[in-house]
Amino acid sequence: MYNTDVMNDNKNIIDSDDLISQTPSKLDNAKTVGNIHVEDPRIIAKNINVYYDNKIAINNVSIDIGKNEVLAMIGPSGCGKSTFLRCFNRMNDTIESCIVEGELYLDNENILDKKTDVVPLRAKVGMVFQKPNPFPKSVYDNVAYGPKIHGMAKNKIELDEIVIKSLEKAGLYEEVKDRLDTPGTSLSGGQQQRLCIARTIAVNPEVILMDEPCSALDPIATARIEELIYELKENFTIIIVTHSMQQAARVSQRTAYFHLGSLIEVGSTDKIFTTPQHKLTESYITGRFG
Amino acid sequence: MNNLKARLAKERRFRLYGILSIALALTLLSILFISIFSQGYTAFQETKIQLDINFEQSVLDPKKTKDWDVVKKANFNILIKNSINELFPDVSGRSQKRKLKKLISTSGEYQLRNYIKNNIEAIGTTKKMWLLADDDVDMLIKGHINRSLPENERRIDNDELKWIEVLETKKIIKKFFNKTFFTSGDSAESEQSGILGALLGSLFALSITLIISFPIGIATAIYLEEFAPKNNKFIDFIEVNINNLAAVPSIIFGLLGLAIFLNFFELPRSAPLVGGMVLSLMTLPTIIISSRVSMKAVPPSIKEGALGVGASEIQAVFHHVVPVAIPGMLTGTIIGMARALGESAPLLVIGMVAFIVDIPQSVTDPATALPIQIYLWADTPERGFVERTSAAIIVLLIFLILMNSLAVYLRQRFEKDIN
Ligand SMILES: Nc1ncnc2c1ncn2[C@@H]1O[C@H](COP(=O)(O)OP(=O)(O)OP(=O)(O)O)[C@@H](O)[C@H]1O
Ligand SMILES: [Mg+2]
Repeated sequence: MYNTDVMNDNKNIIDSDDLISQTPSKLDNAKTVGNIHVEDPRIIAKNINVYYDNKIAINNVSIDIGKNEVLAMIGPSGCGKSTFLRCFNRMNDTIESCIVEGELYLDNENILDKKTDVVPLRAKVGMVFQKPNPFPKSVYDNVAYGPKIHGMAKNKIELDEIVIKSLEKAGLYEEVKDRLDTPGTSLSGGQQQRLCIARTIAVNPEVILMDEPCSALDPIATARIEELIYELKENFTIIIVTHSMQQAARVSQRTAYFHLGSLIEVGSTDKIFTTPQHKLTESYITGRFG
Repeated sequence: MNNLKARLAKERRFRLYGILSIALALTLLSILFISIFSQGYTAFQETKIQLDINFEQSVLDPKKTKDWDVVKKANFNILIKNSINELFPDVSGRSQKRKLKKLISTSGEYQLRNYIKNNIEAIGTTKKMWLLADDDVDMLIKGHINRSLPENERRIDNDELKWIEVLETKKIIKKFFNKTFFTSGDSAESEQSGILGALLGSLFALSITLIISFPIGIATAIYLEEFAPKNNKFIDFIEVNINNLAAVPSIIFGLLGLAIFLNFFELPRSAPLVGGMVLSLMTLPTIIISSRVSMKAVPPSIKEGALGVGASEIQAVFHHVVPVAIPGMLTGTIIGMARALGESAPLLVIGMVAFIVDIPQSVTDPATALPIQIYLWADTPERGFVERTSAAIIVLLIFLILMNSLAVYLRQRFEKDIN
């Protein structure tokens, strides 16, 4: 429950009670609280604006993401987390009405540049979607598709190996090992989501975008995915959108709080959850709205 | 409580209406089938008369050349005349004898000719041969002419009836499976006419239609649905026009074909080639629209998933969207083709309505089509053609049923492949 005493103790909290009900345009001059920069950035987002049909969905967001870092993005529903996440692999290109402005550097290359080829970009930046979307093909083909089109396996044996490894990492192999040729769409919702995760990691991406990957999973499968994130973090950069504070606290090093299209606050995860600087962040975390 | 009862009653009533309308449709359909079949099934039999044909040397080959080029000039009709006169020795007088000969179809002569052409050694021997009977005899044997009617009210007079009854007691007049119907083209004589010419005409025209409209239709649909720029005035204009084309009466396409393919490009008249081209104009919008609908039905998340693992736009479309949409595309194509098979108006305009005896050998030979043959025969009052009309309708319906079953089969197979 919301605790006024805590709030009054903390003098740094910016008074923005009225901002809760504000429209994005009124938040214009609300500057991000906390340090958006990191020492050794892998991804640098500069002044990103995203519009749907001229309606602003992401408002002037800048943030760095470090190597081997897990960044959690939290915020109330509709605040633009998915929209922002989809900028990192240019997935917003597929939406006709969507316009993305700003600069987004991945390994010093501006991926928002018209000249950037999205095919290698998307192989490098994998994505797990909010809703499970397995291909209407067999479990095996779902996972094998990415490696196949990128020519990652020389022969069937290598391909089998990639498929099995990816399924194992996603914690699905034991459940499907004797029905690899059944359609992916016949799996349960949670199994489908893990299949999509396996499909994504099968192409060995360097950056993984996860849009609420565990929203359809039970605690056991969730734990398995969180373990996977922990393992992957050794080599990869991971950006995860989640509605579960506990999950954000468990898996991420840094957390970014979004509100109505603006990045309100960024900081190390423990700080955000223990001593949030912005009133909106605090309200959200303590469950006053969201 | 009351509410629930009312709702259940409403549901029951609605279900009842549904069953009633299906029952009504099925009844009408079976009435149609029964009437066509009961009129048409006799056309699948033909009456033949057995004669002892003496291939006389003196008539066919007096100089004993054994050369077909010589023999073919002989008068084979004499052989039939001799044979049937022998059978009825007490018939005398020219007109009576001519009437007797008329029991045999005029095709009898060609039948003998063909036999000798292939067996030139048979000259000088006697052979029992089943010759096609005249259509009036055929009708009598099939029971379409009532023997008890007064003479002036039936097409077979008393003499002929007497002779036929003699043939019947000798058991040398019999019904056979109607091979002629499936192996010959149109003819002025109903007993010699067949469906093969029209059938081949239809098949040739449909192959042309398929070759033209399937690839163009599918490619257009894929382009418009997946690759064409959105919110582009020109593309919108094309889309509106495709939808309009689907609603254009087919005879207009026929006129277009007449003006462009015949008058401007001077392609052959009455040819299945032009027929197929005209029908493909008509089928294209159907294929495009149904293909687009089935592609629209593919959830966009599937394509996103493919793009997400780094598939290019083309790969995503051809690996994931098209395979899911294929059953719908094929169904649309087959339904379009089935419509084209039953279409006659545009073919009338481009001249596929002529009386064509020869069986078309290629797409440029003049030909008719099944619905046109039905129309031509339905226009002929002779009883023999009436039953052939029904038989031709049966053949057309069988083809339509086959095509639609193929559509269902393909859809199920592809759906199984996908799931
Ligand atoms: N395809 C679209 N067309 C138009 N508007 C969109 C589209 N997708 C998202 N929006 C709008 O952009 C805003 C941000 O949406 P987004 O999906 O990014 O929210 P989110 O933070 O991911 O929410 P959730 O937690 O519910 O997934 C919303 O107001 C939404 O209505
Ligand atoms: Mg979302």
